[in-house]
Amino acid sequence: MLYILCTTLLAIGVYAVLVKRNMIKKIVGLCIIDYAVNFFYVVAGYKVNAEAPILSEGMDVMRINFVDPLPQALILTSIVIGLGVTMLTVAIAIRLYQKYGTFDTDEIRRLKG
Amino acid sequence: MIYPLYMFVAIGLCAAFSILVAGKYREWLAPVAAIAASGILLVLSIDAAFIARSGLKIYPMGNWLPPIGICMMLDNLTGLMLVIVNLIGLVSLIYSVSYIKRFTSTVYYYSLFMLMITGMNGVVITGDLFNLYVFLEITSIASYGLVAFGVESEELEAAFKYMVLSSLASAFIFLAIGIIFIKTSTLNMADIALTLSNQAGTATGNAVLFASVMFLTGFAFKAALIPFHSWLPDAHPSAPAPVSSMLSGVVIKVLGVYAFARVFFNIIGITPVIMNILMWLGIFSMIIGAVLAIRQTDLKRLLAYSSISQVGYIFIGLSLATPLGIAAALFHLFNHSIFKSLLFLNAGAIEYASGTRSMDKMSGISSKMPITGATSLVGSLSIAGVPPLNGFWSKLFLVIAIFQAGKMNVGITCVVVSVITLAYFLMVQKNIFFKKPENAEQEAALENIKEVPFSMSLSMIILAVICIVSGLFFAPLMSSVFMPAAKALTDGSAFARMIIPGGF
Repeated sequence: MLYILCTTLLAIGVYAVLVKRNMIKKIVGLCIIDYAVNFFYVVAGYKVNAEAPILSEGMDVMRINFVDPLPQALILTSIVIGLGVTMLTVAIAIRLYQKYGTFDTDEIRRLKG
Repeated sequence: MIYPLYMFVAIGLCAAFSILVAGKYREWLAPVAAIAASGILLVLSIDAAFIARSGLKIYPMGNWLPPIGICMMLDNLTGLMLVIVNLIGLVSLIYSVSYIKRFTSTVYYYSLFMLMITGMNGVVITGDLFNLYVFLEITSIASYGLVAFGVESEELEAAFKYMVLSSLASAFIFLAIGIIFIKTSTLNMADIALTLSNQAGTATGNAVLFASVMFLTGFAFKAALIPFHSWLPDAHPSAPAPVSSMLSGVVIKVLGVYAFARVFFNIIGITPVIMNILMWLGIFSMIIGAVLAIRQTDLKRLLAYSSISQVGYIFIGLSLATPLGIAAALFHLFNHSIFKSLLFLNAGAIEYASGTRSMDKMSGISSKMPITGATSLVGSLSIAGVPPLNGFWSKLFLVIAIFQAGKMNVGITCVVVSVITLAYFLMVQKNIFFKKPENAEQEAALENIKEVPFSMSLSMIILAVICIVSGLFFAPLMSSVFMPAAKALTDGSAFARMIIPGGF
């Protein structure tokens, strides 16, 4: 069920990046894709009725149901990377707005494909 | 003794940081530090390439052994890629010393440049799938910054396009890594390879297939294969010339070709379906890239389209999955990074001297700029595959490998595209370097042209000499460098048993 939500988010993000003409909307689309993938990792690490993976004295490691802590560590890295990319994209979008006076990607077409 | 592989990442990161600090006080320290750091990296990588010949080396980070901790690994392919990355990096940095003076805040330029080199070294030496993604993003973010470095309208526009598409590709790659992680509960490349080969034929198949498609899309974006190429002809010409030479010469190969080969040959295992898709992508890139290149009047744009076409050759070689095919592909990868960097540096030199990149406005530059003219002639003939330069031999091996695999049509197409390549590079040579000025405007433009400063001509000469030398000594290079490197790929998951001896 949660995987369906995650796929839907991904689809919305890809749609926004590919179809929307406004640069800011494209950037928001990129963020949504980022979150969809991060969410995918969270769902992957989720376990019903499991405990936090903290080792304390007198625990039987083999018997207790632990959550995998790795996905959290991975998405933490990924969130930081996403932050860097978003900041750089927004910065470039602002500079483009100063040059062209518009956010519409159809009007920013000095380079020919 | 454990070989200190972490140095390739550590030196670059330290340099990138200390350049920023030192550059605040003395601006001339920045290029000195950058060139010193990348010089050390080049020496180390040549050393590593020799060390790798005695077998696979690993460096476990923090002494956590492979299945648990992150490890870095060094085999013949890694050694080869390290040498390519650091060689082109050093040459481009030497070139930058004079070229970049006309921009402001050059300190940031050198810092970003070192970050880009670090990221690529990291992609090449890492033995962990998630680590590969992180280094991939380091390289990409540094290159976004460098493409936009001129902050003119065109550069920003190209950088935005590049950034959106490249981030999309990174997200796909990250998703694929997640799927692989769910199915194998590990991120270590060796462990994944072993687990997947043990699980072959079970229900994991479909998930891995989906992950392969995601990987294929992501890496095809990074390598700019034809349906995914739209960012490349904008981004590569817009960057400053040394950065274009890095982007076209190394970045698309490390992020696209190398990462692709590592994931598909060594980890997931290459299947006939993937090979077929790859071959068609390669053929389309090769033909369409060459055809689009003919029509260009902007020199750097022409070179960018030609990069797409040449990366197509490399992918066709990889898709054969035979030892000779892969070795030829790697030889072509090496050659292409040398001569395409050389040609982009030439284009930068011409722009530096004449202030234009449009081929219509130039004529007869060869008489005023003998070094640029001569080195560019070497580069052009080499990329077009004229014997005895290096491009000829790699294309010859490639065509032989294709014929051996029984694909006559593909081989003939490769030869035809090679002729088209020769055609447009001869056009470049004639228009820019040898044609007599036709009108007053061109004559006036020719008046003021001078040869470029020493550092720029030095780096062009180095690359031209490598072109000629590797063309003359193609046989020892092929048997002692490229065949072992190709073996690292054709062995498939054999490397995993060396990293995890006890495993399964």
